[in-house]
Amino acid sequence: MSIAMRDAFGKKLVELGATHPELVVLDADVSSSTKSALFGKAYPDRFFNVGVAESNMVDIAAGMATAGLRPVVNAFSIFLALKGTDQIRNTLCYNNLPVVIAGAYGGLSDSFDGASHQAICDIAIMRALPNMQVIVPSDARQAEQALEYALKQNGPVFIRLNRNPMPDLPASDTIGTVVCTEGRDVTIAANGITASYANEAAILLAKEGIKAEVLSVPMVKPLDVESLKKSVAKTGKLLCVEEHVLMGGFSSAVSEVFMKQGIQCIFDAIGIEDRFTESGPYEPLLAKYGISAENIASRARELCK
Amino acid sequence: MNTGVTQLLSDPERTFSAQELAALAAYFRVVMFDTLHDRGTGHWGGAASSAELTTSLYFNRMHIRTNDPHWEDRDRLILSKGHASMNLYTILAHRGFFPVEELATFRKLDSRLQGHPCMQKIPGVDMSTGALGHGISVGLGMALAAKLNKRSYWTYVIVGEGCLNEGQSWEAIMSAAKFKPEHFVLMVDYNKVQLDGTEDEIMPLASLSDKLSSFGWNVCPNAYDGNKTEDILASYEWMDKDNVWPKAVIYDTIKGKGISFTEGKSSWHGAVIDDDSYAKGIVELKKDLQNKEAVL
Repeated sequence: MSIAMRDAFGKKLVELGATHPELVVLDADVSSSTKSALFGKAYPDRFFNVGVAESNMVDIAAGMATAGLRPVVNAFSIFLALKGTDQIRNTLCYNNLPVVIAGAYGGLSDSFDGASHQAICDIAIMRALPNMQVIVPSDARQAEQALEYALKQNGPVFIRLNRNPMPDLPASDTIGTVVCTEGRDVTIAANGITASYANEAAILLAKEGIKAEVLSVPMVKPLDVESLKKSVAKTGKLLCVEEHVLMGGFSSAVSEVFMKQGIQCIFDAIGIEDRFTESGPYEPLLAKYGISAENIASRARELCK
Repeated sequence: MNTGVTQLLSDPERTFSAQELAALAAYFRVVMFDTLHDRGTGHWGGAASSAELTTSLYFNRMHIRTNDPHWEDRDRLILSKGHASMNLYTILAHRGFFPVEELATFRKLDSRLQGHPCMQKIPGVDMSTGALGHGISVGLGMALAAKLNKRSYWTYVIVGEGCLNEGQSWEAIMSAAKFKPEHFVLMVDYNKVQLDGTEDEIMPLASLSDKLSSFGWNVCPNAYDGNKTEDILASYEWMDKDNVWPKAVIYDTIKGKGISFTEGKSSWHGAVIDDDSYAKGIVELKKDLQNKEAVL
């Protein structure tokens, strides 16, 4: 197991704080959960805990960004996406301000807290905002890379982070699509932590003689279409997997561009159906809502029939 | 353009007196009313309400450079009540940020003058506004950045009742009292009329001064008339008096100020100025301008 994304992200903030005096960090009273408290301890003058007020936090960051600072705002992803939407759209995105929105506890990873805390529509919301880039890292290393990337951008970037330790995946030098497993029979394009389960699914499929190609795809917007096209050109079949509702997220992004570009393939998508989720231990919860090695293998198998 | 105002605007860089500011504001009202009538769209009521507040800031108070709109040490103004965009645009144009003739493009396709101010399109706008309730938060961020960047610029935020209806404003008011940034001033354009009716009918804010004080702000105890430039200049003296932050000044103003039949009327929040109303209203505005120029 790797360390959790939130731990890696918090430590990376501290590391970058030493060389980036313009880096400021804001949190909405969840800094011990998001791990932004590490930055607050290291650089108290550049850390602002605004209380449980996500909207206010986003706009404070916007004001700071107009004056040359590089703010990173931290809160639970669902609350940033829902309570901060107006501020993220009308202030950050409309003015293309370089603020990093670090959405903690993404997907179902705040598993025990239940549906009220589980971020399963955040990607759809962020994707719909002009100027916004959307990154869903798959492991701790990618979370660090996403932060390094975001701080070099001239506009807003949403990074969706996971609460829990997840396995390390094959790495690339910078944030972007990683071919985790090579194959020729079916492409499994996995967004975020679902890449781990897709890798396990590839092992199950290999035992049956099905060679799946697993791509870990963290960039939802802009979408890395070329890597997907290249793999699908080889396999002719595409299974998208995401820890998000099936409307408006990663699978939607892929299918939109494939339709528009006339890229033909046999297609399926695993994500959360149009319903609310619930409390429970993380892995069984994911499995109940479709994200497990067994279900990914099963759906990939169907595509290969 | 009238001779008195023409002379005043020939040197917009100098610091104007209360009487001169009053004449300028009266002139800007004429320009705003003309433009809004010509364009058949926009918000007269709120623009007329804040005319003296904005005129005084840009022609007496704020340190700005029209040839360098992004000057890092400039004072900032956030017009949180962004529907008063015609007021801000009129001031910025006459101050020298962009040609006055461009006001005629207000709300036209391809214009830099969007319905609500957009900082990415037109120079001089420090923050895009429109959705109400954002200004105090953004201003707080600018003021906190001044401290971190070791700069001494001032950040002013003008809000109306609509902004103070929004919950976010109170989040921002709470947090500003926590962080206490210097040179951060909230200016309430308190005309007591909203879009749908009076403040009392829609959402009473009383007692606003007590509310702000209890949230931890340094609230000006004086009752200032925000449509009187002498009062506004007096409020600046109060702002400069001590070092207790954040500061708030509540200005009593009149929505639709300057025309008898638009004053205090919610129906003139964003109504189209029809030809009959224009013909009657412009006479009143020009008379007011003449009176104010006569005493220069």
